[in-house]
This record gives sequence, C-alpha cells and structure tokens, in this order.
Amino acid sequence: MTTFLQQLVNALALGGVYALVALGLTLVYGVMRVPNFAHGGLYMLGAYFAYASLTSLHVGYFPALIISALVVALLAALLERIIFYPLRNAPHVQPMIAAIGVLFFIEAAVQKIWGPDFKQIAEPMPGILNLGSVTITWQRVLVIAASLVAMLGLNFFLKRTLTGSTIEAMSQNREGARLVGINTNRVGMLTFAISGALAAVAACLIAPINSVTPSMGEVMNLKVFAIIILGGMGSVPGAIVGGFLLAFAEVFGGYYISLDFADVIGFAMLVLVLAIRPQGLFKRGT
Amino acid sequence: MMPGAAKKLAWGWPILFVLAALVPLLHPSSYMLDIGVNVMIWAIVAYGLNVILGYTGLLSLAHAGFFGIGAYTVGILTLKAGWNFWLAWPAGVLLCALLGYLLGLVAFRTKGDAFSIFTLGVGVIIQLVINKWDKLTGGNDGLNGINPPPGLEALSKMVGLKLTGGFYYLALLALILTVVVVARARFSTFGRSLIAIRGGEDLARSAGIDVYAHKLRAMLLSTAIAGFAGGLYAAYVGFMGSAITGPVTTFTVLLYLLVGGLGTLVGPLLGTGVMYTLSQVLKGLQDYQYLVFGPLLVLLVMFAPQGLVGLWERLKQRGGKKDA
Repeated sequence: MTTFLQQLVNALALGGVYALVALGLTLVYGVMRVPNFAHGGLYMLGAYFAYASLTSLHVGYFPALIISALVVALLAALLERIIFYPLRNAPHVQPMIAAIGVLFFIEAAVQKIWGPDFKQIAEPMPGILNLGSVTITWQRVLVIAASLVAMLGLNFFLKRTLTGSTIEAMSQNREGARLVGINTNRVGMLTFAISGALAAVAACLIAPINSVTPSMGEVMNLKVFAIIILGGMGSVPGAIVGGFLLAFAEVFGGYYISLDFADVIGFAMLVLVLAIRPQGLFKRGT
Repeated sequence: MMPGAAKKLAWGWPILFVLAALVPLLHPSSYMLDIGVNVMIWAIVAYGLNVILGYTGLLSLAHAGFFGIGAYTVGILTLKAGWNFWLAWPAGVLLCALLGYLLGLVAFRTKGDAFSIFTLGVGVIIQLVINKWDKLTGGNDGLNGINPPPGLEALSKMVGLKLTGGFYYLALLALILTVVVVARARFSTFGRSLIAIRGGEDLARSAGIDVYAHKLRAMLLSTAIAGFAGGLYAAYVGFMGSAITGPVTTFTVLLYLLVGGLGTLVGPLLGTGVMYTLSQVLKGLQDYQYLVFGPLLVLLVMFAPQGLVGLWERLKQRGGKKDA
C-alpha cells in the first residue's frame, strides 16, 4: 500500500508536468491547426534559460522560472510571426516540416552553446515531507501545486476573460471569430506565447527532479503528441486527462512491468486507443 | 505531368545512367566512389518517401524505421542465420512491405496531422525495439561484420575494380530498378489515383477511387523501397547501429526530398546528390550541420516549396516568356 501511494504521488507530479506541456500544444493546434513539432524544443529551451539565469544572473529559482517563461513566450510569439503566420494558407504538410526545421535548429543551437552534457538545477526547497509512511520531496509537492495553479489559472483565463474567450472562439470557428470582429492575428500570437510559457514553466518545475539535457525536448515532444492525440487534438480537457493517463501508465507500468519499456508504454497505449477510437478520447470538431 | 514532359525525361534518364555507369572506369578515388554509392542508396530511400509524401500527400515519419528493418533483416539473416545475401535482401524487402501494409491498416484510420504524429510514434517504437532487443539486434553494440554480397568482389575483380566499384554498380542497378518501378507506378492509373488523393480525399472518392486501398498500396510500395535501400546499406557499410533507424534519419531524407522537389521524378536523386555531397564536402562543419539544415528546411517550405526542380521550372517559364 505504501509503495502504491508513493507511486501515486510520483504519477501526479509527472502528470501535472505532462498536462502543462500538452495544454500549450493543444491550444496552438486548436487555434492555428498546426501540430507544432517545435514544442518540445521550446520546453527544453525553458529549462536551459532557467539554468542560465540561475548560473549567470545569480537570481533565485522563482525569478529564474519567470524569466524563462517570459523569454520562451516571446520566442514562441516570434516563431508564429516569422514562420507559421506566413504559412497559414500553405498545404498542411509545409508548416509541419517548418516546425521540424525549427526543432532541429533549437536542439543544435543548445548543444552548441551549453554542450551535450546534462546540467543540474538545485531544488529550491530541499528536504522531504512525511505523510504517514509516504515520503514526498518538497519539489514534487511544488510541482503538483504549481501545475494545478497553472491549470486553474488557464481555465479561468479561457472561460472568464474576454481575451481568453477569443482563443476559445477562434479554435471553435476561425471564420466566425473573424466575423464578430476578433483580431485573429493577435490571437494566434498570444496563443503561441501562452503555449511557450506553459512549456517553460513545466520544464523549470521538473528540472530539479530530472536533469537538463539537450535531448529532453525530443522525448517530451513525442509524449505530448501522444497525449493530445489520445485526448483529441485541440481539446483542453483531453490534454489534461491524457497527461495524467500517460503519467499513470508510465509510472505504474514502469514499476509493475519493466522500467526498460516505460517510455514505450505511452506509444503502445496510443496505438491501442487509435486502433479502437481513431478520433481520440475527446473528439473536438474540426 | 504532361505526356510531353514525361517523354522528354524518358530519354534524359538513360543518358544519365550511362554517364553514371562510366564513372568508375575513370578510376576516381575511393572517396568519390563512396560518396556516389551513398548518394544512390539515400536517393532510393528518398524515392520511397516521395511515393507516400510527394505523390499521395501523406507525411509518414516512420520511414527510417523501415529502412532500418530492411537493413537489420539482411544483417541478422546473414550473420545469425547464415543466409545468403541474395536471399536475405529480397526477404528484407518483403518483410518491410508486409509490415508497411500492417501499419497502414491501423495508421490510415487517422488522417492528416494525426497520421504524421502516429507514424512518428511508430518510428520511435521501431528504433526503441531495435535498440532494446539485445539478443536479436545486438542492442547498443549493433551488428558488426556484415559480409559483402558473395560473388561481388570476384565480379568486381574481373572487370578490374575494387569492391567499392562493385558496390557502385550494384547501387546503380538498384537505383535504376527503383526509378523504373516508381516511374511506372507514377504514370499508371494507380499513380494518377494517388495524385488525385493528394488533391483531396473526398473528391478522389467521389471519382470512384478506393482511397483506403490506394493509400495502403502506396504505403506498401514506399516501405518496400525503404527496406530495399536498407538491405543494400547494411551490406555496404558492414555495420548497423540503431541510431540510423530513428526519426532524425527520416528528417534528413525529408530534407533531401524537399531540396530536390516533392512529387517529381528527378527530385529525390537531385536533392540527395546535392545535399549529401555538400554535407560531405563541408565535413569540417559537421557540428554546425543542423544549425544550417534546420533553418534551410524552414526557408525551403516558405520560399521554394517545390525545391530545385520547381525553381528550374520557374526559370524556364520566365525564359520562355521572354522568347515569346
């Protein structure tokens, strides 16, 4: 029972991170209809920017997290302006390939600047929390709390603010959104910025638990794509449910079956779900 | 493509192949021959990707996985089961065709972006399985000492060439076979149906084309070609590691294809020739390779989505207008 609870907490923390990264991806897909293959690259950049602010600006963990989120948000908005906006009417394969090019570039650039070795970010609150027989590191508590706050904040933003509802509107119907006077250009940029910020926050949260490496983006990329296909491309609740589902499958599958194949479990799940329900778990109108 | 253009190409190809066949007789350095063999092998891979992406309009990102399956089949069958290369090679092609068909059965339930992401996942699974299945594939150590095809060295000696020269001709023959098969497929009813599917699935269906069956056949052809190239690669290099079977290889081939020209018959060969040679010549810049390749991919889709072939045709059109 103790190990079960222990794994449960681990899965919750991991699921929170997955959900944050997947949310950004699904928002961008909903608004721009672009599967942004560069998303994993932005996630990795988030971790590296935090590392750079910690080591060269000598700021604390939380300021580093905010700096990194802002810089990545800015970069993502730039990407939208320079690459995805001009390609919005091109055949679908083209923005996808462009995104792959961006991912290549980000990975190569990070390797060039910071080298291929892994970097470590110190935990802001070392130590553990004892709950009966279950021990949790404070970092995991922080991850769970912060990802919950980010998700609730995003939900509030999308449902309760005018700017947020323009994003919802645009993902429901592009033409309709333009007809009622929504500036669709601005919404596209904003969505990219939010997705970049979410990815960076997720990366900063998990960085003290895992280490920071140039390949962390690639692995995460594949996982979050699996998640948003599972949840239905463009669906916000789908991304959250999918994120936690994948995390639970990985943590418990890794523990009870084999750690070697923990990374494959997600894809096995994906293949299975798609074979039965090609439209994903939560279908969103296209 | 208009029949006129097809005809014009029809006599260009034999000239190209005869010229290519004359190259080893000029006794070039083995470095040059090596580049030639590699260009031809990777061009075959690009032809495979062109069938599914260029003609049918489906971005399958598991392509390098099938290249790897073809290569590992040859490696494992010749090294561990003692098969003859000439039997193992077609066996690899058949296995790839079969697996491609099976993948298609599931993957074509998804459409568009989901299809690409799904195949990307499959590509990762293929690489992981190859990497983790130590007993069969040698895991991280890979397969070492895959023998060259029996008889090839003796045959090369008879015409006064080294083994690389023999591989050069073998690769050339394989390339010719691939181009002929792809060209025949492209200009048949089957190929025209694929182009129709690329234009719009619903429209193609309303014209009486069985979209699902045609996509399956395109996938089968594409993966078989990838496996065909893979088998040759394994025998040529003599070593297989799982790294080359992953999505990065797919992306590299995608770049070759884009540089040459998507959906054209010359594009795959042209793009591979230019890009592979460039990356070898600029070997000192290896570290910067992806710093250049990434933005290049972006610039290509933004400003020259039809690649070199498209640029050439645009130039020709402009020239033609001036003449008139």
